[in-house]
Amino acid sequence: MKVTLHIWRQSKKSTKADFAQDGKMVAYELEHVSADMSFLEMLDVLNEQLTKKGEDPVAFDHDCREGVCGSCGVVIDGVPHGPERGTTTCQLHMRSFRDGASIYVEPWRAAAFPVLKDLVVDRSAFDRVVQSGAFVSVNTGAPQDANAIPVPKADADRAFDAATCIGCGACVAACKNASAMLFVGAKVSHFLHLPQGRVEREQRARRLVAAMDAEGFGNCTNQYECEAVCPKEIPVRVIAEMNREFVRSKLVEEPPSTKRVGGDG
Amino acid sequence: MKLDSKIPGGPIQEKWDARKFETKLVNPANKRKYKVLVVGSGLAGASAAASLAELGYQVECFCFQDSPRRAHSIAAQGGINAAKNYRNDGDSVWRLFYDTVKGGDFRAREANVYRLAQLSVNIIDQAVAQGVPFARDYGGLLDNRSFGGAQVSRTFYARGQTGQQLLLGAYAALSRQIGLGAVKMFPRTEMLDVVVVDGHAKGIVVRDLVTGEIRSHAGDAVVLATGGYGNVFYLSTNAKGCNVTATWRAYKRGAGFANPCYTQIHPTCIPVSGDHQSKLTLMSESLRNDGRVWVSKKQGDKRKPADIPDAERDYYLERKYPSFGNLAPRDIASRAAKQVCDEGRGIGDTGLGVYLDFRDSIQRLGKDAIAARYGNLFHMYAKITAEDPYSQPMRIFPAVHYTMGGLWVDYDLMSTIPGLFVLGEANFSDHGANRLGASALMQGLADGYFVIPYTIAGYLAGQKAGAVKPDHPQFGKVAGEVAAMTKRFLSINGKRTVDDFHKALGRIMWGKCGMARNEKGLGEALREIPALREEFWKDVKVLGGDLSLNQSLEKAGRVADFLEFGELLCRDALERRESCGGHFREEWQDDGEARRDDENFCHAAVWEYAGEGKAPVRNVEPLEFENVHLAVRSYK
Ligand SMILES: Cc1cc2nc3c(=O)[nH]c(=O)nc-3n(C[C@H](O)[C@H](O)[C@H](O)COP(=O)(O)OP(=O)(O)OC[C@H]3O[C@@H](n4cnc5c(N)ncnc54)[C@H](O)[C@@H]3O)c2cc1C
Ligand code: FES
Repeated sequence: MKVTLHIWRQSKKSTKADFAQDGKMVAYELEHVSADMSFLEMLDVLNEQLTKKGEDPVAFDHDCREGVCGSCGVVIDGVPHGPERGTTTCQLHMRSFRDGASIYVEPWRAAAFPVLKDLVVDRSAFDRVVQSGAFVSVNTGAPQDANAIPVPKADADRAFDAATCIGCGACVAACKNASAMLFVGAKVSHFLHLPQGRVEREQRARRLVAAMDAEGFGNCTNQYECEAVCPKEIPVRVIAEMNREFVRSKLVEEPPSTKRVGGDG
Repeated sequence: MKLDSKIPGGPIQEKWDARKFETKLVNPANKRKYKVLVVGSGLAGASAAASLAELGYQVECFCFQDSPRRAHSIAAQGGINAAKNYRNDGDSVWRLFYDTVKGGDFRAREANVYRLAQLSVNIIDQAVAQGVPFARDYGGLLDNRSFGGAQVSRTFYARGQTGQQLLLGAYAALSRQIGLGAVKMFPRTEMLDVVVVDGHAKGIVVRDLVTGEIRSHAGDAVVLATGGYGNVFYLSTNAKGCNVTATWRAYKRGAGFANPCYTQIHPTCIPVSGDHQSKLTLMSESLRNDGRVWVSKKQGDKRKPADIPDAERDYYLERKYPSFGNLAPRDIASRAAKQVCDEGRGIGDTGLGVYLDFRDSIQRLGKDAIAARYGNLFHMYAKITAEDPYSQPMRIFPAVHYTMGGLWVDYDLMSTIPGLFVLGEANFSDHGANRLGASALMQGLADGYFVIPYTIAGYLAGQKAGAVKPDHPQFGKVAGEVAAMTKRFLSINGKRTVDDFHKALGRIMWGKCGMARNEKGLGEALREIPALREEFWKDVKVLGGDLSLNQSLEKAGRVADFLEFGELLCRDALERRESCGGHFREEWQDDGEARRDDENFCHAAVWEYAGEGKAPVRNVEPLEFENVHLAVRSYK
């Protein structure tokens, strides 16, 4: 098959709020595309051709190409990760497009995710949110036996459903408010359903919400675009859980000493 | 090259305790004066960085992805072994130890493997304490499944995403230390060389992948946890970024490289679909718990699988290895698949494939039960192939998956360069000539959580903290060399792309040093690879500049190293004149089964760099088996 690609090209890191100034859409014709190719393999073919012609290949993030590392992710025809539900860009195949299609490819757009080059964005804001409290404060050592606390299967499954988040950022890219609530909610929900995670629930809710706000992510206005594009189909119930946890944390007094200390904190 | 394995004395059960007791300690107040550079944020690197920071060391951690959470460990599917014996099915530390030594075809160091089996139980406890959501049964206790090469159920799992969940646990621990300021994290940063001062590893030179800046980082010790080199074959189940650069450049600075020819070909991967193929996708070994492997008894049978009656099917693993059946270890299952394909009984258009069939399990357990166990794998298979594995068997074929070889390390995980430690898949330590399924996650985490925090103290206690600063002339020299190499790639401006060379190398490696190897093919590879390398340095085309995000430049560096390393791999394969585990030399076989030569090859081969254009030196570390009887490895 044959496709026409319209790809966002940008050579330098975004500096201005008005991203339209930083780059432009460029059209490329690509022939001999096989339906069995993944979307990224199709971009590989384009890049080989561009390189041979002496044109700068298109930069995009990717690594596992199995839908689990969360590196890849572009907006395809206006939808993060493209047309297939529950599918990352690397798992999308060209058989999802028709012969002769025009395909528009853009990076994630969000103030908290500045574009670094072409389709590559800086998602380090997610890491900083996690660093603020998405963990159980346990050091490496000799914890009790793994089976000492039974966890009801339903709870473990619910925790797992949230923990499958790959941190790709599609939820933010899909949201008109660039909200990170699905991502952060998934972290809250993962720990909330496990006894090990419940110990620090108030502190975690407070810190994650504060960090999320500080990074410049917007608020949720219940459009549920995030759920629709999430390649792991994380349900929006995690946002409700996060909100509940946040309100709950307000009712519980902050303990006198939560000052954090380096090393064993 | 001196190879002192530093195995503690005493009975095998007491060696690790003995080492922990005799190792010098660094007192808590002094720990914060020492800086440790951890390269890699996979299971091995993240667990090491977090644990060392918890102890009070200053830690800097590096990865080339945009976040430490994206290290290749995230892709591990099936599970992690531990000798918990929760099933009461006869498991024990000793049995895990024995299975691993035997699974590795008696080419691993006994003492290391025993320690690994001992530590396996702590890993599960640690992970659960961190909130890793392992699969549980209805009583709320942890569930297990079986993996190849074992007759007990000792594999803990989190659906088909065990690596993801374990890595997120280690990443959370690492993130906590980053938040506390105890670890400084450098994502999108690639290590390009080790800096050795007066014989000790005292730093690294890196390239910032966003700005292109070349920087020096000094430390009191360097830990490499940079993963395996399977991508030397171009097509593999590894993530696209996996590379040999960190370990290869350390080798060129004096670290011995052990057993590079020990590569694991995994029997169950989705077959290649065309020239555009950029990587291969694993279908986890756990599927062989419920899937049966077969081909037609007839050659060139083009019937649909459903039209082939049972009597005309050859369930060849069950036939050849009745006691392990479909759960025969990987090297054996891969070789058996190759054999039936060589006989003309392979499936599909290419004849390079076999069936993995769930029909019987679905009949026995129901579709829902199978979906609950493997849903995400079935989903992934359907996405890639556009076929429904619930209603027709999966088509699978072996693919490069894991590398047992790596930098040589002693019992303390220190390489032949003092102060340079190597963890996880990057080292050679525990799996001998073949790794059993679900043992890599175990090893990476044992190394990072439980071994390095002890052993590094023994080294650091003898070092003056902060003795070498980044303004030491050696840093300038190495950084200059790195910058020159970068510039050289950009200046060639030839006609062929980096990927083009990588694919060409992959074809040589897979064709001549893949599932079966022989003297003639290896000889050819050893001529073709240097020729290809020469071509690369004349004709590669890398566009763009050095002071910006430049993915072609990143790839060029990695492929340049693969082009050198591939030659060493083939040389090692040539010199190991026996078959063992994943290394199958056609000249040494009994009817398709590997024939070891314990008299001449019961050793690790450790390669020493001798300088540009000179043949590397092959050193050996003899392997002694005091606890396990050297026997023919049989799964019949
Ligand atoms: C598809 C798949 C499924 C698997 N399933 C299982 C399983 O079920 N059970 C099991 O036990 N094992 C499994 N394995 C094997 C296992 O996942 C790996 O062996 C293991 O995760 C390796 O961990 P690691 O920490 O050593 O390295 P990796 O996780 O590969 O991490 C390497 C790190 O080093 C960094 N790095 C590399 N080079 C550089 C450089 N030059 N500069 C800076 N940073 C660098 C990377 O950024 C990364 O952070 C699987 C492997 C694959 C491919
Ligand atoms: S490349 Fe890893 S999720 Fe797409």
